[in-house]
Amino acid sequence: MSDHSIKQMTPAESGLSILFAILAFLSLVGAALGKDQAYIFHAYLACAASVAAVFAIGNRYFARPAKLPVQEIDGRPNYNFGPVKFATVAAVFWGIAGFTVGLVIALQLAYPVLNLDLPWTTFGRLRPLHTSAVIFAFGGNVLIATSFYVVQRTCRARLAGDLAPWFVVLGYNFFIVIAGTGYLLGVTQSKEYAEPEWYADLWLTIVWVMYLLVFLGTILKRKEPHIFVANWFYLAFIVTIAVLHLGNNPALPVSILGSKSYVAWGGVQDAMFQWWYGHNAVGFFLTAGFLAIMYYFIPKRAERPIYSYRLSIIHFWALIFLYIWAGPHHLHYTALPDWTQTLGMTFSIMLWMPSWGGMINGLMTLSGAWDKLRTDPVLRMMVVSVAFYGMSTFEGPMMSIKVVNSLSHYTDWTIGHVHSGALGWVGFVSFGAIYCLVPWLWNRKQLYSLRLVNWHFWIATIGIVLYISAMWVSGILQGLMWRAYTSLGFLEYSFIETVEAMHPFYIIRAAGGSLFLVGALIMAYNLWMTIRVGEVEETLPRAALQPAE
Amino acid sequence: MTHHEEHDTVTGTATTGHQWDGIKELNTPLPRWWVYLFYATIIWSVGYWVVYPTWPTISGYTTGWFNYSTRAQVRAELADLEKLRGEKAAVIATASLRNIVQDPTLLAIARARGKPAFGDNCAPCHGSGGAGAKGYPNLNDDDWLWGGTLDDIKQTLDFGVRSGHPKAREGSMVPFGGKDGILKKEEIKTAANFVRSLSGLSVAPGTDLNAGRKLFADNCASCHGDGGTGNKEIGAPNLADKIWLYGSDEASIIEGITNGRGAVMPAWSERLDPVTLKALAVYIYSLSGGK
Repeated sequence: MSDHSIKQMTPAESGLSILFAILAFLSLVGAALGKDQAYIFHAYLACAASVAAVFAIGNRYFARPAKLPVQEIDGRPNYNFGPVKFATVAAVFWGIAGFTVGLVIALQLAYPVLNLDLPWTTFGRLRPLHTSAVIFAFGGNVLIATSFYVVQRTCRARLAGDLAPWFVVLGYNFFIVIAGTGYLLGVTQSKEYAEPEWYADLWLTIVWVMYLLVFLGTILKRKEPHIFVANWFYLAFIVTIAVLHLGNNPALPVSILGSKSYVAWGGVQDAMFQWWYGHNAVGFFLTAGFLAIMYYFIPKRAERPIYSYRLSIIHFWALIFLYIWAGPHHLHYTALPDWTQTLGMTFSIMLWMPSWGGMINGLMTLSGAWDKLRTDPVLRMMVVSVAFYGMSTFEGPMMSIKVVNSLSHYTDWTIGHVHSGALGWVGFVSFGAIYCLVPWLWNRKQLYSLRLVNWHFWIATIGIVLYISAMWVSGILQGLMWRAYTSLGFLEYSFIETVEAMHPFYIIRAAGGSLFLVGALIMAYNLWMTIRVGEVEETLPRAALQPAE
Repeated sequence: MTHHEEHDTVTGTATTGHQWDGIKELNTPLPRWWVYLFYATIIWSVGYWVVYPTWPTISGYTTGWFNYSTRAQVRAELADLEKLRGEKAAVIATASLRNIVQDPTLLAIARARGKPAFGDNCAPCHGSGGAGAKGYPNLNDDDWLWGGTLDDIKQTLDFGVRSGHPKAREGSMVPFGGKDGILKKEEIKTAANFVRSLSGLSVAPGTDLNAGRKLFADNCASCHGDGGTGNKEIGAPNLADKIWLYGSDEASIIEGITNGRGAVMPAWSERLDPVTLKALAVYIYSLSGGK
């Protein structure tokens, strides 16, 4: 019997320990010979993280029993929720950090003095910090947490690998730290949403391949005959992000001991790669990934079956096939050839219904359970997120039409569009999923307070509405002012006058952003209390009316 | 259909028979409106591909029905703009500045062209209304450092002030202070107070104005003139009026004398086209009374 077997390090434990020890040594060499301060700082960080990893693996080995955790206990899967818990907490932490930086840069646009005249706090460095923190740090951790949870539950199988899931979660968050501190120190390859330099990109590649292996490995040992729809979307997200990351980031470092590199692509090809990447980061990270969340958490929370299996198949494949073509609509009226612009625009138009397929499936899953929207603010949050998803995915194809784009491009309208998707769709569906996950993961009956969720919902919703309506007005005003001509045929306004006209809307936007942040802080408190003390308050007073059925 | 087909109690729709962690799926058919809208977008796109340039080929791309190109569209729109501006606008290129100012139509066109150019290029320093700021001259008043005639303004615009351009306006206020400076701290304070007295401003108690007058005559008058009324040839400001580029308080004047002054204005002929420069000169001239 294996109970009496001698405790031994697994090949993964010993192998990873050795690899991290080597990495620690190489990082130390990099720190000693590095050619710029940021590189040296990152080398020290890598060294510290590698040493910590060796200790963590060692500690874990000494603390664990001789036998590794079993796959099943009494015929029931022995789920591995440790990495899920870590990613959930990380998501809340990075979310609040990212929203805060977003508020700071919103205020900087209204009051430029807040740049503080320091290189580290200028808009140019904080802006990528904000976008990466909310998309990749917050969104990424939500995706990792939910995907590791959902794939286990819907495959009835323990997460593949022993150390591998931890490697993915911790490795990904280390990438975030390298990327974020890099921005503040001025390290960037100047590609939007792909700013991290070559060494961060290499590290992310390793982490991402491991993520794919863990996810696929879990699916392969599933106990269910079919693969659940959410897992198709997660898999599409993981695979495509890998392809996008590799396609957009091939770069040659100036020195292996320095942070600067040059991207292989140049000129309009570089622009095309950049927006093929950029738009599909929206399509596969912020859409496919979060649709996966929707497909598990909404039916689960509503306790209703998914509306249409057929629709999920058709819209999944249509979405996957069409999204990848849409990138050129970011480059209308530029040096990009006209035929490429046409393709980008028409594929964006055709993308409208495949996107709405997800919305229909999300909303209509509520049929028979609409009454729950009155009593369950968590479900309400997720359903409103789907409504925002529907709105953004109508607005997006519309803005890709060249005549509309000639007004909207480069204006705040784009920022408003992005945030109706980011705050409304990605933010709310993530909050909903986290509100579901925390009680499940920490074995609480329910959240500490549904009343606080209700406050979160309303404060954040008002914040989003303020934000996006301010940006619509501001963006259209800006676009109209830029193209206004006098009767004599000269520009009506100088650029600075359009900037002055934006000022009141920038203040409204910052007010909306601060409400969104306040909502997230309420959530963090609620989750903290859920984990610490469990459920204390009663649920919202149930409305007297119950469904008539 | 399978034997054990299960139906959802609420909607009556059949499920697919699978279940994952308690989640079932209904076998609802695709909503018809969804399918038709999807087809409509596809048909519209195919139609668009026929009309506009779309698919790459081995040696080019399908050009569509009427050879559309964004470059041709820009050319057409710019041509329309020239038509709207009319023949008179073209005259600006050849007319003299004086003629432009005297012809109301030409003046209106030049001002219309100059205004956005001013906002894009000049306003960051001189303010959107040209009112200036500390260290950046007010262009609305009648006080000109380098002359306020049309030609003076044009020259300043074209070549800048201390810009490094060979034809730039040169001449700067030399520093009189510092460790081995020409004047001692006390002398600078006296001179500064004397300068204040030139425009009738109050003088610090105990200031020896006679000493100040002598210091001014020995050190300042060569540029600023005996009465301190300035010299536009070298950009020396009039110190006897109420207009102060860097402020009229004692500390600002002391700072100017101690460290000198010499702000830079770029040579705009290196950045803007000749017609825009003419329009700008006329616009700035018309902001003030001009000379």
